[in-house]
Amino acid sequence: MVDSRGNSRNPARIPALGIRTLALVFISIVLMYLDHRENHLDAVRKGIGVAVYPIQLIVDAPLRFWAWLGKTTTSRSDLERELGRLNAERLLTNVRLQRLTALEAENARLRALLDARGKVRDDVRVAEIMAVDANPYEHNLVIDIGSRDGVYDGQAIVDADGVVGQVIKTGLMTSQAVLISDTDHALPVEVNRNGLRTIAVGTGEIDRLDLPFLPNNADIRTGDLLVTSGLGGAFPAGYPVAVVDTVTRIPQEPFADVNAKPSAALDQVREVMLIWSASSIGDEDGNATVEVDPVEMDDE
Amino acid sequence: MSRELASRRLPVIGTLFVGLMLSIMPLPDSIAVFRPDWLALLAIFWAMQLPRTWSVGTAWIVGIILDVSYGTLLGQHALALCVIVFITVRFHLLMRVFPLSQLTATVFALLALYQFLLFWINGVASVSAAAATYWAPVITGTLIWPFLYMFLSGVRYRARTAS
Repeated sequence: MVDSRGNSRNPARIPALGIRTLALVFISIVLMYLDHRENHLDAVRKGIGVAVYPIQLIVDAPLRFWAWLGKTTTSRSDLERELGRLNAERLLTNVRLQRLTALEAENARLRALLDARGKVRDDVRVAEIMAVDANPYEHNLVIDIGSRDGVYDGQAIVDADGVVGQVIKTGLMTSQAVLISDTDHALPVEVNRNGLRTIAVGTGEIDRLDLPFLPNNADIRTGDLLVTSGLGGAFPAGYPVAVVDTVTRIPQEPFADVNAKPSAALDQVREVMLIWSASSIGDEDGNATVEVDPVEMDDE
Repeated sequence: MSRELASRRLPVIGTLFVGLMLSIMPLPDSIAVFRPDWLALLAIFWAMQLPRTWSVGTAWIVGIILDVSYGTLLGQHALALCVIVFITVRFHLLMRVFPLSQLTATVFALLALYQFLLFWINGVASVSAAAATYWAPVITGTLIWPFLYMFLSGVRYRARTAS
């Protein structure tokens, strides 16, 4: 009986299958443990990330091609209209910028008078979002620059209208970022009108943030602009985050139910800006002080 | 050797490559939750057909690549793929003689196990991912399996006759 069983199985037996599986499962568990507890495996991740990069490029290519096709086949009248619009916009922006320069100088002067730390302009760089999807339950995106370009974990990402998210995993040529609408993301903000500080937590919905820690009597109303407070350390202060949408005060609950709508169009952006905030620049090559000094000199 | 390459390796590497592309292709959020686990389906098929060439080791490597491109815990998909491929290889002779309907039912069970392992690891590592649609890929994967099976059999037949 034993013989016949052995004979019928032998040709199909894969040698040491069970042992190999067990070993691999064990390795997986060790890897997961190391990856979860401490970030020991960043180098490994980066190495494999380089191998995945060409695949990401290929997946991204059709969309890029589509965008290129759209650009090259736009009609002349459309282009002229676009040009007119952009020119008008530029004029407006320039006018605003003139005032901003003056205000910035004034601000720096006042801060110098108050002996406060100077506020400096942040260094930015444009990155493109790659059309690569990660996980539908996490609001993630992949951008096309990585540690090769100086990106670091925790770096802030904004678009033209407001804060988008922050870098969580830096690869060599691409990086993964988490959006502010992710359920695991919380962002220290303040109300622009009165400086009321709180925390904006992602809800998992792309167009809604939750402000769970505001007491019922907090001075907040619909239409208030929330800006980054800079307290968390990851985001530089003063970037718009969201506009308060609904405020529901429930008398028997300790906290009010406040929702806000992100200023940035989180699901529509294609180009984003990465911010090298002043403190990190200052640490690296001392740029931070260079921009403030001239104003102080003027003053004296 | 080159004959072996053409008939045994090329189709597998090619389909795995396309599978990885489909796995990270951008889809609208409402559809993305229904995205089948392409690589799990492919791994089941190739482990069933060529268990000596493509077995748990390959599945593990594919899983690690998937982990890196998804940004999940390193080893999560690798472990899940490894386990379902182990079961497939263990019963590959049986699965080969199954009629397609029965095979599809088996694949359903394997996919459910795969998704459960991922879910379980998420739970242990306290990564939040709890929604009713979490199990949707199991359904879509099962629905797609018969078509994928016929397509891949065609690919395999062609690769074999061509060499």
